[in-house]
Amino acid sequence: MANEKLLKLLHGLAVVLILGIILFPPYWMVAASLKTESQLFAIPPHWLWDTTLQGYIDAFQQSPILSALWNSVWVTGAAVGLGLLVGAPAAYGISRYNFPGRKQIWFWYVTHWMLVPVVILIPFYLLAVNLGMINNPWILVLVYQVFVVPLVVWLMVDQFRSVPPVLEEAALLDGLSRFGVFVRISLPLVKPGIVVAGILAGIFAWNNLIYAFILTPAQGARTAPTIALSYLGGYKVPWTQVMASATLISAPVILGGIAVHKYMARGLTMGAVK
Amino acid sequence: MATSLDASEAKVAEHKRPDRPTAMEHATPWLFVLPSVLLLLAVGLYPIGYTFVISFHNWTLGQAEPSFTALSNYVEVLTDGAFLDAVSRTMLLLAITLPIQLALGLGIALLLHTHFNKWLRTILQVVLVIPIAITPAVLGLLVQVMFDNQFGIINHALASIGIQGVNWLGDTTAAYTTVCIAQIWQWTPFAALVISASLATVPSEIEEAALLETSRWWPRFRRVLLPYLWPGITAVLVFQTAFVIKQFGMVYSIQKGGPGSATQLVMLEIERTAFRGFDIGAAAAQSILMLVLSILLAQTYIKLFYREAA
Repeated sequence: MANEKLLKLLHGLAVVLILGIILFPPYWMVAASLKTESQLFAIPPHWLWDTTLQGYIDAFQQSPILSALWNSVWVTGAAVGLGLLVGAPAAYGISRYNFPGRKQIWFWYVTHWMLVPVVILIPFYLLAVNLGMINNPWILVLVYQVFVVPLVVWLMVDQFRSVPPVLEEAALLDGLSRFGVFVRISLPLVKPGIVVAGILAGIFAWNNLIYAFILTPAQGARTAPTIALSYLGGYKVPWTQVMASATLISAPVILGGIAVHKYMARGLTMGAVK
Repeated sequence: MATSLDASEAKVAEHKRPDRPTAMEHATPWLFVLPSVLLLLAVGLYPIGYTFVISFHNWTLGQAEPSFTALSNYVEVLTDGAFLDAVSRTMLLLAITLPIQLALGLGIALLLHTHFNKWLRTILQVVLVIPIAITPAVLGLLVQVMFDNQFGIINHALASIGIQGVNWLGDTTAAYTTVCIAQIWQWTPFAALVISASLATVPSEIEEAALLETSRWWPRFRRVLLPYLWPGITAVLVFQTAFVIKQFGMVYSIQKGGPGSATQLVMLEIERTAFRGFDIGAAAAQSILMLVLSILLAQTYIKLFYREAA
């Protein structure tokens, strides 16, 4: 019995240690964003301090962080919207029909995760230069489909499979077309799945650096992650401002990740694990 | 991956109607799938083909028209020290982080599998997604603050146990180690979640039966749990490899591949070749080589570990 208690204690300690290692860096970032420059780099570090919002005020006033966040919001929104628009029907088709090539297509989607981004970045860059679309964020909406669509399809195939076909057959007998069944019966039933797929794909679209870095480099067109890098160019880095911006940039994805934490493993491995 | 599809295959077959489908019914599944296929062909396959073609051309951006040079880009790239160095740096990062992530991930998954404290377990499950979700470019900035040689919290903590002034960002080996640590911090939770999901597929009756057979932990793990873990472990290998090869944002925002070229990973090298050296032909050849390498690695993992599972 004593052994059991010891094991429990060790187990608890191990979990707490891991929680500490994971939570400390994000805590340190938020803490740094609420400090002054001298507090931020004080040795020994200040564990209690008069919090100040100066870092945030400076960031809003001196850097284009607000417009960058706004760019990220609508680029991510539009990319996820487009991905859901074409991905949801595809997932429905794959989960409801048995047609030649179905398995191959299903597998073809996942191969997009292995893609080295520069392979498609080079042609996109050349195309954008030719069409005068460099710094036009719509090109990001398009290029992000390369990871948004596969993610949406894989997650939604799961969802549609959980809808009992009996419901749809009843609607078909009532004279609804296949497409009508999809829109009116199946889609409403998988609403939670749509939200999960949207958030997961959104995290990756939001976090992307390489495409935005090359395709939308101008001040007004930048997305949030690229603005984070722009601070590093100068002679003296305004660290409290940088940490305030870093907090603003990562808060939405952290909250999104927590909201869909149950589906993270499944989403990232494209359904390779249950 | 194949098993779940087979199961659904049976489900679909069950609901097939006995009469022959009409031409319209033949076409319907394609109507659902087609928009996504066309979109992916346009933003995925077509650009890959285009890059493939460019890789056989000599093309410097802003200068003369591209001219066909057969394999000379590949020869140039494969004899160019900078690219091969970047590839070996990337492969070394993989070789260091993968085993550590698998071991730690397995450890965390086993902690989650033990039902000692439900409350702590739920918290851990939620907290694990935070590193995965955090913006890599932001993580890089945070690394700069925490690993600062003079004012960083890491060196402060090390000093308290007697290790003085590691030059984390200035020394080449230390800078590389910093990248390894950040990569492990960000992606170990992914390994933990995937392996934990695999552990959940072990039927509890089997585990209980094994416990009656022997109280020793190792044989129970190897013979009972491990066979269920292979698909998850394979998935971790495949996807972590992709994450390492695609790594750009975090490393770039720490110090753009520096000091010198100590943390110049392959993505940073290709980006430099293409968009700062303007040598589009060579960059295309580099990208194609990396594409081939990542596919070969993925296939190797699946061959090695999926056979064990079967």
